[in-house]
Amino acid sequence: MLRFILKRLGLALLVALTVSFISFSLLFLAGDPAIAIAGESANAKDIQAIRELYGFDRPMLVQYADWLWNALRFDFGQSYYFKLPVADLIAERLSVTMTLGVCGILFALLTAVPLGVIAAIRPNSLIDRIALFLSVAGQAMPSFWFGLILIVVFAIQLGWLPASGASSWQHFIMPTVVLGYYAMPAIMRLTRAGMLEVLSADYIRTARAKGAPEGRVLFKHALRNAIIPVVSLAAVQMGFMLGGSIVVESIFALHGAGYLAWESIGRNDLPTVQALILVFALFYIVFTFLADVLNAWLDPRMRSA
Amino acid sequence: MTEDPILSVRDLTLDIPTAGGMLHAVRGIDFDLHRGETLCIVGESGSGKSLTSLALMGLLAPKIQRSAARIDFDGTDLLKASRRQLRHLRGARMSMIFQEPMTSLNPAYTIGDQLAETLLLHRKVSRAQARARAVELLEKVGITAAESRLSQFPHQLSGGLRQRVMIAMALMCEPELIIADEPTTALDVTIQAQILRLLVDLQREMNMAMILITHDLGVVARVADKVAVMYAGELVETGPAEAIFRQPAHPYTRGLINCIPVPGRTERGARLGTIPGIVPSLVGEVTGCPFRRRCDQAVEACAHAIPLHRLDGDTHQLRCVHPDGHRHEEVTA
Amino acid sequence: MTALPDIAEITGPTPGQQLRKRMFGHQGFMIGAIFLALLVLVAILAPVLAPHDPYAQSLGDRMVRPVFMGGTWEHPLGTDHLGRDYLSRLIYGAQISLLIGAIAALISGLIGTTLGIAAGYFGGRVDAVVTFLINVRLAMPVVLVALAVVAILGGSLNVVIGVLGLLLWDRFAVVMRASTLQIRNREFVAAARAIGCSTPRILLSEILPNILNNLIVVVTLEMAHAILLEAALSFLGLGVQPPTPSWGLMVSEGKNMMLFEPWLVLIPGAVLFLLVLAINLMGDGLRDVTAPENRN
Repeated sequence: MLRFILKRLGLALLVALTVSFISFSLLFLAGDPAIAIAGESANAKDIQAIRELYGFDRPMLVQYADWLWNALRFDFGQSYYFKLPVADLIAERLSVTMTLGVCGILFALLTAVPLGVIAAIRPNSLIDRIALFLSVAGQAMPSFWFGLILIVVFAIQLGWLPASGASSWQHFIMPTVVLGYYAMPAIMRLTRAGMLEVLSADYIRTARAKGAPEGRVLFKHALRNAIIPVVSLAAVQMGFMLGGSIVVESIFALHGAGYLAWESIGRNDLPTVQALILVFALFYIVFTFLADVLNAWLDPRMRSA
Repeated sequence: MTEDPILSVRDLTLDIPTAGGMLHAVRGIDFDLHRGETLCIVGESGSGKSLTSLALMGLLAPKIQRSAARIDFDGTDLLKASRRQLRHLRGARMSMIFQEPMTSLNPAYTIGDQLAETLLLHRKVSRAQARARAVELLEKVGITAAESRLSQFPHQLSGGLRQRVMIAMALMCEPELIIADEPTTALDVTIQAQILRLLVDLQREMNMAMILITHDLGVVARVADKVAVMYAGELVETGPAEAIFRQPAHPYTRGLINCIPVPGRTERGARLGTIPGIVPSLVGEVTGCPFRRRCDQAVEACAHAIPLHRLDGDTHQLRCVHPDGHRHEEVTA
Repeated sequence: MTALPDIAEITGPTPGQQLRKRMFGHQGFMIGAIFLALLVLVAILAPVLAPHDPYAQSLGDRMVRPVFMGGTWEHPLGTDHLGRDYLSRLIYGAQISLLIGAIAALISGLIGTTLGIAAGYFGGRVDAVVTFLINVRLAMPVVLVALAVVAILGGSLNVVIGVLGLLLWDRFAVVMRASTLQIRNREFVAAARAIGCSTPRILLSEILPNILNNLIVVVTLEMAHAILLEAALSFLGLGVQPPTPSWGLMVSEGKNMMLFEPWLVLIPGAVLFLLVLAINLMGDGLRDVTAPENRN
């Protein structure tokens, strides 16, 4: 188990390093960052001064090493737009995004897992068909459009929920639904497939032969085994979700990290964008790492290996 | 034997709807079983032995239709029993041991948890008491270092050990009836004899009734009090083991017994008996004797209703057109 | 002596016939395929079908309502905030979505399939490197990276297609790797190796045809994915640029009038939803009919 964790950790670090290099390289895709900072109208002398000030005249790899070294100490440089440390800007916005991500994945799990279980208990029943249809439809629904429809219905027509902002828990309801439904189909399908497989297993028959009540058979004996792959899927989805929060945050004007990313891209604020790409990638890396460890721990065959 | 049987089955019939029509998997099974008795149900794979045992436990897949004139377990009518009543019987008073020890234990829980669960489901005992009982039974089924096994997971045990655990699990509540469905087929040959010995010893010690399902007549000869020979969903011959081996009546039973090599009497390299032909399809209407197409005693009457004959008084029963299982000149004429 | 039965009687329908029969019998697949075929036809025939020039502004006819909300047949689905005919823009928008979906899936399919087959067939270090690349790719936040690159390079159709094509190869690589692993040790591959076929030949004529069904399923799913992402990028203002009639852009433009004219948002979004749904239904159907044993 320890060996597995260490190996997995090494891989995670290597992935993180590679992603950091890619997100840093994006800066050079932009051509001369000095022009971006100075503005289109700046003269050659100013641009040269900025180039030297920010160290853009050094070789790219040196600049990357420098950036990485600083990034390791949570120093992502200054935002071109706010003239503030990028790290502070992101830290300030992360709580909204994290809240949204956690609510989203909880919403997805709490709806998709029971639906998947019911669908698996009664395959080809009406509920199963509805669940399958919902999962196909869910995958096809553009999240920005879904968000706007919710705003039209629940904020404008019915007036039940606030359309934008983050000042109360009600503000998080619609964004949670929009972010969470995206992960639902995959979780639902995996739960259903897992339960179907597990329910036909011999040990389920053993549990029934012991005289275990049906609820105990389903939840203690079957779901416990079927849920193992769902856990890692949920973690992966959580990583994707945080990355996808940019759309949801922009629709509902939630001033989280995703919103900051959207604004910063519009403002050509490259240090902020770079840092955000790295931060979102790190979230994904951390979540998948935790998922793998949790997975190994949930499965006794891997735990003792 | 004037005592009432602990299990009494009359006219048990199992039908499975399939795309091609109704599959009449088990038809009109009758038998009685008393405390302390071992009934061996013998037959080829696919003859409906396992389905019969699952039907007795109430563990059939929902789509399989069960009907019977009577399934009576120690005064309880299993046909009319509620799900709740059945649940209280299963694991407590009637237990089952399955064919596949490798997959019959839940991979997510320890041996100890799974053993204790059986007791905790049926008796008001503490966890500690349940675990103590688990240790006791693991020792009884011959597992060394029982205490430390409790915290192990199924994948850490060999097939033989797992089957011992399954047996221990079935015995946790001291059931009156134990059904063992080919408990040794999935195991190494050397382990098979040990497990079987263990099962029979425990059955005698605890005075349980046992239904042992097998296709191995060698096993039957060693352990059975009663034998029921099953062919294509019907019991073609039932009776005391001694009578069946001494004087097998049904052509199928005779064929089966001829397949057993006898030390000393079967010559080295001699051809063992085989029964040519294949089992008939059980989809749609099934009439007459299912064995008639493979039977060397078959006559025209075999395609019609088959009478039940009683030999040696009441206990030895034969389902065949020939009263003693042999074709005689007057029948064929 | 009885006559020998017909060969066809013995062999039954060929796999191709069986497949076709299952395809036509699969409701989801047929619904998806028919809708997609119709939309492709509409996109191709856009110049004939569109009642108006999708770019022609008419400031006098701004935000005319669709015919079912009290409008006229002059503009069956109304007009947008610049007086452009909504139906015509939707029809031309189908071209954009289908083009982006098809070409992005083609590019990512080429990258992902090459990587996946190489990883699956050669194993060892090649596999380790490809698996690592997949991990890196999965860690990159797609929307964010795509937005950033489009912002830096400018939002043209080519850039959007290129970025999506370069970003969406992960599923191809994962699925193709797994499929190749499954068949690389089968007898016919070993036989090809034994008679001395070259590696490229084995990959192209033994491996690829046998994983083609999985590949086609991924193509449909990634096409849908690319179409959704383009719409999202355009919605966020960093995809296809105005006045191009992208459906995502139309939703974005309608958003400001959403309070009074919600149909401006509902119509293009619904069409987008239906297109993606149709492609997904087709993909799911294909998965069912090509591998019936994998159902459930």
